[in-house]
Amino acid sequence: MHPAYSVIFFTTASGLGYGMLALLGVFVAAGWLPADRWLGFVGLGIAAGLVSAGLLSSTFHLGHPERAWRAVIQWRSSWLSREGVMAILTYIPIAALAWAWIWLEDVSGPWVWAGPVTAVMALVTVYCTGMIYASLKAIPRWSNPWVPVTYIALALATGAVAMDALMRLFGVGSLLGGGTAVVSLVLASICKLAYWRNIDNASPVATAESATGLGSLGTVRPLDPPHTEANYLQKEMGYRVARKHAAKLRQIAILLLFAVPIVLSAIAGVAGDAIGLAAALLGVLSVAAGVLVERWLFFAEAVHVVTLYYGTREA
Amino acid sequence: MTSKPSSPGNRLGDRPIDFSPSLGDKTDYTTCYMCACRCGIKIHLKDGTIRYIEGNRNHPVNKGVLCAKGSAGIMQHNSPARLTKPLRRVGPRGSGEFREIEWGEALDIAIGWLAQVRATDPRRLAFFTGRDQSQALTSWWAQQFGTPNYAAHGGFCSVNMATAGIYTFGSAFWEFSEPDWDHAEYLLMFGVAEDHDSNPIKMGLSKLKERGAKFVSVNPIRTGYSAVADEWLGITPGTDGLFVLSLIHELLRAGRVDAGYLVRYTNAPYLVIDNPGAADDGLFARDENDQPLIWDHNKDAPAAAHQADEAPALRGAYTLADGRRAKPVFQLLAERYLHKDYSPTVVAFQTGIPATTIRRIAAEIAETAFEREVVIDQPWTDWLGRRQEKMVGRPVSMHAMRGISAHSNGFQTCRAIHLLQVLLGSIDAPGGLRYKPPYPKGFDSLPRPSGRPGEVKPNSPLPGPHLGFPQGPEDLLVDEEGAAQRIDKAFSWEAPIASHGMMHMVITNAWKGDPYPIEVLFMYMANMAWNSAMNTSETIRMLTDTDEETGDYKIPRIIYSDAFYSETVPYADLVLPDTTYLERWDCISLLDRPICDADGAADSIRHPVVTPDRDVRPFQDVLIDLGARLGLSGFIKEGGRPRYPGGYADYIANHERQPGVGMLAGWRGENGDKTGKGEPNPAQLDRYVENQCFWREELAPGHRYFRNVNADYLAYAQSKGFVKSTDPVIVQLYSEPLQKFRLAARGHGDIQPPDRDRQRVETYFDPLPFWYEPLDNHATDGATYTLHAVTQRPMAMYHSWGTQNAWLRQIHGSNRLYVPKMAADRLGLVDDDWVWAESRSGRIKVQIRIMEALNSKTVWTWNAIGKRAGAWNLDPAAKDMTQGFLLNHLIDDLLPEQAGGYRYANSDPITGQAAWYDLKLRLEKASPEETAVSSPQFEVLGQPPTTLERPSVLRYGAVKGRR
Amino acid sequence: MTGLPATPPQRKLGLVIDLDTCVGCHACAVNCKEWNAGGYHAPLTDIDPYGVEPDGVWFNRIHSFEVGTGPDTRVVNFPKSCLHCDNAPCVTVCPTGASYKRVEDGIVLVEEDKCIGCKLCSWACPYGAREFDGDAGVMKKCTLCIDRIYNDNLEEVDRVPACVATCPASARHFGDFADPNSNVSKLAAERGGFDLMPEMDCQPVNKYLPPRPKKTGGDTDRVPELQDASPEGGFLGWVDRLLSSTEHV
Ligand SMILES: Nc1nc2c(c(=O)[nH]1)N[C@H]1C(S)=C(S)[C@@H](COP(=O)(O)OP(=O)(O)OC[C@H]3O[C@@H](n4cnc5c(=O)[nH]c(N)nc54)[C@H](O)[C@@H]3O)O[C@H]1N2
Ligand SMILES: Nc1nc2c(c(=O)[nH]1)N[C@H]1C(S)=C(S)[C@@H](COP(=O)(O)OP(=O)(O)OC[C@H]3O[C@@H](n4cnc5c(=O)[nH]c(N)nc54)[C@H](O)[C@@H]3O)O[C@H]1N2
Ligand code: SF4
Ligand code: SF4
Ligand code: SF4
Ligand code: SF4
Ligand code: SF4
Ligand SMILES: [Mo]
Repeated sequence: MHPAYSVIFFTTASGLGYGMLALLGVFVAAGWLPADRWLGFVGLGIAAGLVSAGLLSSTFHLGHPERAWRAVIQWRSSWLSREGVMAILTYIPIAALAWAWIWLEDVSGPWVWAGPVTAVMALVTVYCTGMIYASLKAIPRWSNPWVPVTYIALALATGAVAMDALMRLFGVGSLLGGGTAVVSLVLASICKLAYWRNIDNASPVATAESATGLGSLGTVRPLDPPHTEANYLQKEMGYRVARKHAAKLRQIAILLLFAVPIVLSAIAGVAGDAIGLAAALLGVLSVAAGVLVERWLFFAEAVHVVTLYYGTREA
Repeated sequence: MTSKPSSPGNRLGDRPIDFSPSLGDKTDYTTCYMCACRCGIKIHLKDGTIRYIEGNRNHPVNKGVLCAKGSAGIMQHNSPARLTKPLRRVGPRGSGEFREIEWGEALDIAIGWLAQVRATDPRRLAFFTGRDQSQALTSWWAQQFGTPNYAAHGGFCSVNMATAGIYTFGSAFWEFSEPDWDHAEYLLMFGVAEDHDSNPIKMGLSKLKERGAKFVSVNPIRTGYSAVADEWLGITPGTDGLFVLSLIHELLRAGRVDAGYLVRYTNAPYLVIDNPGAADDGLFARDENDQPLIWDHNKDAPAAAHQADEAPALRGAYTLADGRRAKPVFQLLAERYLHKDYSPTVVAFQTGIPATTIRRIAAEIAETAFEREVVIDQPWTDWLGRRQEKMVGRPVSMHAMRGISAHSNGFQTCRAIHLLQVLLGSIDAPGGLRYKPPYPKGFDSLPRPSGRPGEVKPNSPLPGPHLGFPQGPEDLLVDEEGAAQRIDKAFSWEAPIASHGMMHMVITNAWKGDPYPIEVLFMYMANMAWNSAMNTSETIRMLTDTDEETGDYKIPRIIYSDAFYSETVPYADLVLPDTTYLERWDCISLLDRPICDADGAADSIRHPVVTPDRDVRPFQDVLIDLGARLGLSGFIKEGGRPRYPGGYADYIANHERQPGVGMLAGWRGENGDKTGKGEPNPAQLDRYVENQCFWREELAPGHRYFRNVNADYLAYAQSKGFVKSTDPVIVQLYSEPLQKFRLAARGHGDIQPPDRDRQRVETYFDPLPFWYEPLDNHATDGATYTLHAVTQRPMAMYHSWGTQNAWLRQIHGSNRLYVPKMAADRLGLVDDDWVWAESRSGRIKVQIRIMEALNSKTVWTWNAIGKRAGAWNLDPAAKDMTQGFLLNHLIDDLLPEQAGGYRYANSDPITGQAAWYDLKLRLEKASPEETAVSSPQFEVLGQPPTTLERPSVLRYGAVKGRR
Repeated sequence: MTGLPATPPQRKLGLVIDLDTCVGCHACAVNCKEWNAGGYHAPLTDIDPYGVEPDGVWFNRIHSFEVGTGPDTRVVNFPKSCLHCDNAPCVTVCPTGASYKRVEDGIVLVEEDKCIGCKLCSWACPYGAREFDGDAGVMKKCTLCIDRIYNDNLEEVDRVPACVATCPASARHFGDFADPNSNVSKLAAERGGFDLMPEMDCQPVNKYLPPRPKKTGGDTDRVPELQDASPEGGFLGWVDRLLSSTEHV
């Protein structure tokens, strides 16, 4: 699948944002974070900002951004629609949380629910995003239960790293912050590795033979494509990273997204202020770069079954 | 699909679907010209623009269907490559630097050049036309002009098919016959990718398959028709003759021929004189009335052939009254083909078809022909009055085209196929091949070529037509020394039966000044500086080469009419821009290549559906105008006034070739109530337009088969002016005219070939079909150049002129060389590799695609996809230019030097047919450093002063005010 | 109002495509383009039409495949347009409802005015039957020629899809699969019409007819090899026998 930058940015930025929102909500509700106005302002601001920027960027890839509002109509069948609905609804607890945290500087009493509700809805939104991909049978590598799980895990992990850095910036860094980052990164890496293992071992769902129904006559190879130049389908679905590049990129993703941030988060968790802050900030950079690579690969490794008509042997 | 759905859709707030949009404000009918198939089309116009073109359901050719090209007519009509104004060259040839001129000036220039030539030496005009359908006008014009140098493109197209057929059974595969789609149980198709009958063949094949008949395709490549064939025989190019003669070997061996048919309707029983060394050797024994003789078993004596009560012998050897020995034709052919040289085991290796397969095909053919007779309950009577209660047919049909034609052994190979058909008795018999009116026409009833010495005089017309069918050496256009009289050397000893001329030799010969230099080269609708030239790079050089002394071009003046900015336009000194096919009158006449089918005679017209928005004129109008201004007798009335002031439409309606016979056969006579023959009818064209631009007359059931000998049909054909007499057309298994040429080569007769040509004529003018290795293959080092190379017509593209088409060029925007898997493995090639392909005369760099359903010694590509940068108003960086390629660069126009230094044309030695498919080459992987651009590349052609806008986004059909 | 029709469409209009007779001529594809260029989805934009990488909107595309290996390799031409699936994922993924399947006849359509151009339906369709018009920013697709098949301005016989009307080889057939007696139902039943990629569970309406078995080997059994005719009669002795057996004189 063609890795469109707007979509990569959208899913990674909004994932990080929602993950961070979820954690901030829970942490502040649990009292693991002070209900400090500026902390709330910057934390929620960054998280909600990333979510909003992501959502905005996702409309850039639409043919008709001005009609984007229509996208919420078919929530009963369409995961994209559900994602849209959830994204909008999630602004409500976010707003409540922000009100309590920034304006009231008090998240107790009834406000205590704002955080957990934000967390749940943010993660449901991320789940919807994951399900957009996981519901597409035509892309067997996406049509996989690990996809939404990994989306959530990565949202939490990237969010946790970001939140840890934020905490250190505000001098409220704690072992819990670093620990959360480490644990969520480990969990996310397990999900992602499981996903890769799963797709690498999956047997093909469809073949050039089943796509054409000609298998009983022998193996099927394309002779001439319908048109000599690439068409929309080939450009959109035909993109595929070479196997050896993919292997290398996976290693880079593992390094930047998991290995380096885990080490840095661990350092941040135990080290003193200056080093801890530096490590945490470096961790954010690393995780951000890592998740971009991961998401690019998510697209570039996925094979759409329509490519079976254009030369792919199996998908 | 009738019941009306609930509109609008099924949900609230939807934009209602317009289920019944109107197709436009006007419909019109005309004839398609996206190729030469000539289908009927119905055009829907909206606000003066074309909304939709569909097939005309009532039309005899296409019955409503339309091919890809036909459907893309809109894009041709709107092509940004259309020429807009007459052009006068100002820069050097090929630069594309032109000055726009007015029509008046253009015509004055042309008249200046032409009048001077006509007044001094009319031979110095060479007028050659390409893909046009106006030969009934252009040939007449050239005849009135008086130059011998006229032909259309048939010499490089399919003359082998036309002549082999005409000389054998008075018709031809080509366009003058068709398989009996309704009754054939078995179809053998040789070397056809698309053919001129594009849509009818597809419709026919689908009928055939529907009925469960077997369809066998003989073709090195299994695409297109071969892909849907029940059996594919991946023959090695150039070897069909061997395969077919081997089938004949099998049939003869088993005695599976239609002997009754042979004695009645063919020359199989004619006695051939066996008198080695004498002037009559190999000619038919004839009686005092010049009637060929047969041996009559009843009388045990010779008798004139074709009498109702005789019993002709097919075998044996006989002594005539004068003591000469003679054998029936059938005996000779049996002796030849029963020879083991033609046995399946012997030919298997060379043809690439296993012996068991050849034997099986022969057995299947025999079984189908003789055990599955088709009987039509229709009495008929032959010309001798022998009445038959039923029409009994042999349901084996055959069809062949350029896979046979475009080899230098094509004439004899095609004759071999006809021989096979005749032995089965399947000529115009139910289930076999069917004549299309106005054919059959006996080879000896057709015109002979004009233009011999003495017939060409300043300011006078030629006494007869240029092209014809020589009966023997006396009909050649040669002087006492045997030298060619035409610039293309057609009808010389080099190509005695070049009945369609040899357009592919014109530029080479004119450049050499051999047999003489010319002054004006006038061409129409042929891309001679590109895909219709052999050895294209060399042709381009010849067009620009100058005489060292005078500094003038070797071919001093070139006038060209094209509708588009093709690769040839930049080489013209004067460009006459034509209209598109939707903007003019055209005529598809019985005098040319008509649209008849086996069950009916038909012709058609085009009429202007839209008016040109550019300063262009229909070429035919211009030609008629030029004719009148030059004072050509056919084009002026007494007093020198133009005879056809109304242009081509006037000519179509009023020109008479012979009294009563004109361009169109429908609605003739003053009241329009005559067909075939009749006085011109002033309202004729109106009647055509009313009748959706065509006329068709269905044949009576008794006129539909055995027409070469069918008394009723022959009388009908004569009454309609199709044929001159009611003489039967006897099928010529043995071709006496060929023997006459051969006898001359042996030194008999007054008209003698130059010594250079003797052996050649002796070898190839065999009166019975035989197989020989194609000349260029023979002359090429087979150990170095191991691969045969051919092209195929893409169904969705027409030669070079489809490329400018926004829709078609998406389908075929560039081409690959298809390489058989086995050869690729051997050479270490993989898909998408770039290779150098090298022939004995050239080298090109191309990209490959590997293919398995392909003869293992053959590579191929689609024809005419590669384009030259700067042409057709395409982006010069387009893939058509940078990845596409022509095989033509590898095809030499001449054979290697003979002893004595002469180089013959790379053509069939009998007909002069260009031997495009005799090419052999070798492949070598290009080095990785070499760019992925095809080679050769040429200088980018300059653009004419006005070019139409080339949109970067095409929104054809967009509804205004909606996005 | 969402998703697929709750009850199966009353009619199931669609195509039968005969891979046995398709010669790969692209006639259907171009006529489709021509008809639809001015039709429901007008225009069918072509980007860079005279340039280096022309890329147009086409509702029907003709592939060709080589099948098998060695000397028996065959070429199969393979037209592909929307299959108007019963279980159309392109419809259920659409967030706006622009993509829908008609209750009346099962035709899957896009309503351009509602389409946001998110392309998700094209990701969901396994067959590549969705065509994004980059210029108009909306998804387009085969309409089964809805503006022909119900068109009152056309003669009855012309109310078939453009691709069907134009196919010179009669390799395309149009009809109602809900009616077991329709031409298409019968063809599919008789000739073993099959679904493309059944594993995708889209339940396509269009059916493909497989290439018929080749009549190569089988005929050897039916037709015995030719036997020598000469032995008794010597060279060509059979000719006389043949001639005496025909009552031509
Ligand atoms: N390698 C190889 N070469 C071949 C062949 C092959 O099989 N292989 N085939 C050969 C054969 S059989 C043929 S017939 C030739 C065909 O070759 P050409 O006869 O050269 O055919 P086109 O390329 O179509 O060129 C015809 C010209 O007519 C112009 N034209 C189109 N419409 C009109 C019109 O309405 N009016 C005017 N005045 N001009 C118009 C076009 O722009 C174009 O320049 O190619 C030959 N060349
Ligand atoms: N769509 C379309 N239609 C056209 C044209 C076009 O350009 N496009 N051109 C028109 C013109 S001018 C012509 S002349 C006709 C030509 O019509 P065709 O004769 O159908 O044209 P070719 O493409 O030359 O086809 C030659 C076929 O013969 C095969 N072949 C080559 N060598 C041999 C051989 O030695 N033996 C056998 N058995 N087969 C062989 C090739 O593989 C190819 O399939 O088509 C006309 N119709
Ligand atoms: S075959 Fe196609 S291009 Fe040729 S005349 Fe017919 S419709 Fe036109
Ligand atoms: S028009 Fe018919 S034969 Fe031609 S590609 Fe389409 S389905 Fe095949
Ligand atoms: S073929 Fe594709 S676009 Fe058509 S209905 Fe099925 S899934 Fe949808
Ligand atoms: S591109 Fe249009 S039709 Fe397709 S899913 Fe998106 S909104 Fe629906
Ligand atoms: S049914 Fe109509 S829209 Fe669909 S492929 Fe055929 S012609 Fe095109
Ligand atoms: Mo031709």
